[in-house]
Amino acid sequence: MANYSTNEFKAGLKIMMDGEPCNILENEYVKPGKGQAFNRTKIRKLVSGKTLEKTWRSGETVEAADVMDTDLAYLYTDGEFWHFMNNETFEQIAADQKAVGDNVKWLVENDVCTLTLFNGSPIVVTPPNFVEIEIVETDPGLKGDTAGTGGKPATLSTGAVVRVPLFVQKGEVVKVDTRSGEYASRAQK
Amino acid sequence: MNQSWQPSASIETLRKRAALLHQIRVFFAQRKVLEVETPALSSHTITDPYLEAMHTLHTQVGAFTSSKLYLQTSPEYAMKRLLAAGSGDIFQLCKAFRDDEVGRIHNPEFTILEWYRIGFSLQHLIDEVGSLLMATLKVEAVNQSSYSVLFERHLAFNPLEVDLPSLFEICAKLGLQDYVGSLRANLADDENTHASVLLKDSILQVLFSTHIESLIGIDYPTVVVDFPASQASLATLHENGRTANRFEVYYKGIELANGFDELTDAQSQHLRFAQDNQKRSVLGLSIKPIDMHFMAALFSGLPQCAGVALGVDRLLMLALQKNTIEEVMSFSQRNC
Repeated sequence: MANYSTNEFKAGLKIMMDGEPCNILENEYVKPGKGQAFNRTKIRKLVSGKTLEKTWRSGETVEAADVMDTDLAYLYTDGEFWHFMNNETFEQIAADQKAVGDNVKWLVENDVCTLTLFNGSPIVVTPPNFVEIEIVETDPGLKGDTAGTGGKPATLSTGAVVRVPLFVQKGEVVKVDTRSGEYASRAQK
Repeated sequence: MNQSWQPSASIETLRKRAALLHQIRVFFAQRKVLEVETPALSSHTITDPYLEAMHTLHTQVGAFTSSKLYLQTSPEYAMKRLLAAGSGDIFQLCKAFRDDEVGRIHNPEFTILEWYRIGFSLQHLIDEVGSLLMATLKVEAVNQSSYSVLFERHLAFNPLEVDLPSLFEICAKLGLQDYVGSLRANLADDENTHASVLLKDSILQVLFSTHIESLIGIDYPTVVVDFPASQASLATLHENGRTANRFEVYYKGIELANGFDELTDAQSQHLRFAQDNQKRSVLGLSIKPIDMHFMAALFSGLPQCAGVALGVDRLLMLALQKNTIEEVMSFSQRNC
């Protein structure tokens, strides 16, 4: 297995820590001159999603994590697994509940998602930044209302609940930012 | 098109850099401090356990061997030789070089401002540093705190009195046990009496950096005084024997300057160099020959003085609120 030295640390580097693949979010090299140089890092554990700070002695080595991101189109779920396909090679990969997590509510057929693979198996499924989903349930809004007066909750076909403006109606397709879970606009027809 | 040839600082920043250099020269001219230049290359280098010098080779035509010359890590030794030769108050703006230093606030080649004031007390020099910072950073005040008080305030222990087992416990509580383990594993000879001093200083430093530095020097620069005697470097010791007459300036999480009441006693200085080399061997580093020109100057007599080195690139970074050192350098290590 490959190792990284602290001098190779940079944002985006994937390393193993406590038996779990981690992503380095920030790295700062500190050389105070009165004690040994060290690296301060902010790290996200990829499986649990926890972020933590860790200090390393400069020159230390750490095991590299065999982690890669790959873009795959979402196909369908069989209730146990969520199936994705590489649009070029047609190779299929199934992600389990743990990898899909809360993002299940943003999975739209044929949308290209980013799957983070660890030793070849998906550990995180990241949906596109924006998805377009149909509203299946929402209270009828008052006539004449325009944008932005607090809005109302709307249930989408994937089960997600987002706040939408009062003028948006059941049956319409809305564009949602998956990072914040907020309504962005009505979908372009 | 490839843009990697472009400077990392904007031309506008470089104009401000020129203005800062001018402002510094005017500051010292008004105080009648003489500007000097000393060589960037030297036959000898420092013995510090935590700083590494870069070196080059000088070969004369027809010579069979080359002589090794070190790039200065600071102009300290050469400037002190000028002081011993009777130069009076001096300052220098020059390039200094330190191996293996690349990061947000580190570049292997950087610009240093170093000055020495004869007959100044340490506090007198701190006040002068304060004046320069107020003028260049446009701040109204500079704070001052002692090293021990900062540890007691932010980490609830006294760094001069704490023993190693207690320090290990404190680190474990702060999630630094892996770091401490790695430090201990890296000691070539952990039975050596210097090993515990090295460990303690490295741990105090990491605690200072991670738990104190971000909490001081927020609105105004903070001058930290009374460092532990083990971190005296080339400073005299306080008469209590436990602290060094050394100060450092911190502002917005960045160490900006480092000053000493200069050690003038040649015997004590020689002993510190020897101890440095013993520490280097504990860390598995090569032994550095002691600079005999510098020692000879000390034996001939260095007048009582206080001196300070200040990172000019960092000063400009802070004055212009830039996030990285390369934003104030024409070209950094990345594309030099």
